[in-house]
Amino acid sequence: MSQHAFFILSSYTVTALVVAGLILRAVVDHRAQTRALAELEARGLGRRSRRG
Amino acid sequence: MGKIDQVFRRWRCASEIVMRRAATGSLQAAPRTATSIPMIRDLASPTRFMSLSGRLLPWVAGPAAALLGAGLYMVWFTAPADYQQGETVKIMYLHVPAAWLSLFFYMIMTSSALGTLVWRHPLADVSQKAAAPIGAAFTLICLVTGSLWGKPMWGTYWQWDARLTSMLVMLLIYLGILALWRAIEEPNRAARAVSILTLVGAVNVPIVKFSVDWWNTLHQPASVFRLGGPTIHVSMLVPLLVMAAAFTLIGVALHLSGMRTEILRRRVRTLTILEAERLDAQAA
Repeated sequence: MSQHAFFILSSYTVTALVVAGLILRAVVDHRAQTRALAELEARGLGRRSRRG
Repeated sequence: MGKIDQVFRRWRCASEIVMRRAATGSLQAAPRTATSIPMIRDLASPTRFMSLSGRLLPWVAGPAAALLGAGLYMVWFTAPADYQQGETVKIMYLHVPAAWLSLFFYMIMTSSALGTLVWRHPLADVSQKAAAPIGAAFTLICLVTGSLWGKPMWGTYWQWDARLTSMLVMLLIYLGILALWRAIEEPNRAARAVSILTLVGAVNVPIVKFSVDWWNTLHQPASVFRLGGPTIHVSMLVPLLVMAAAFTLIGVALHLSGMRTEILRRRVRTLTILEAERLDAQAA
């Protein structure tokens, strides 16, 4: 293990970072869109009856 | 019909009309779409998709986390070292599933591209757009972990070998697709352009898969999915398959989540346009 530890641990670190990045991006993006949609609906959009 | 359906359909119709006006200078009848086929119409409902995916997501994410935990335990505590690779075989438990998922997500994108161009399925381009960053990320993991395995085993981080080169081309195709999505603002036009690029890039999928058979490569040939059965000992095959299942479920959960977010993003876009139209009308 110690002989090639750098390569093994680097592989797991890179993979963890990339997968964590994907999950974080998914959560942040989803929250941002949900918030934006809520703001638009709060201004009366998204309901046919309220459209001018 | 749900609210999201109404907005989504309105957005698609408006986009079609604008595109046709831009192309011909006149308004024409709307083209035949997936919504004219009952079965596909049912599957095409974003409201139905949001409802189903919302219920499905925890049942995918939960087992993904459990399988990842089990897989990592097996890799680090029960799987033996390889007689040739030693402990560096642990890298294979990341590298191989990442390679499979790179191809898996490209196949999802290819199917979605056909769905966009042939059937004009409303969720096909949503699926395409959500799959691209996930596929690109797994391709990157495959290349980086392969490189980190190559240095101690082959004596080099990189070799212009057919498998490695075709995988690098795969990453470049993914990045090109991601760039094209960002370059074209109108989602329908972007989807069609991306679909064509995706279908052209699909030529690379069999090249990646069979490169080790067609050319004399430094990369070893297939050792799991082969006619004569796996050549890997069961003590290593089981953790590999568990890790592959975990990666697949993580990928599927991210894809479902990405599709849900993309549907919301399009709804936000449509409502923003409606708001601008309303403000214009009030000003006039």
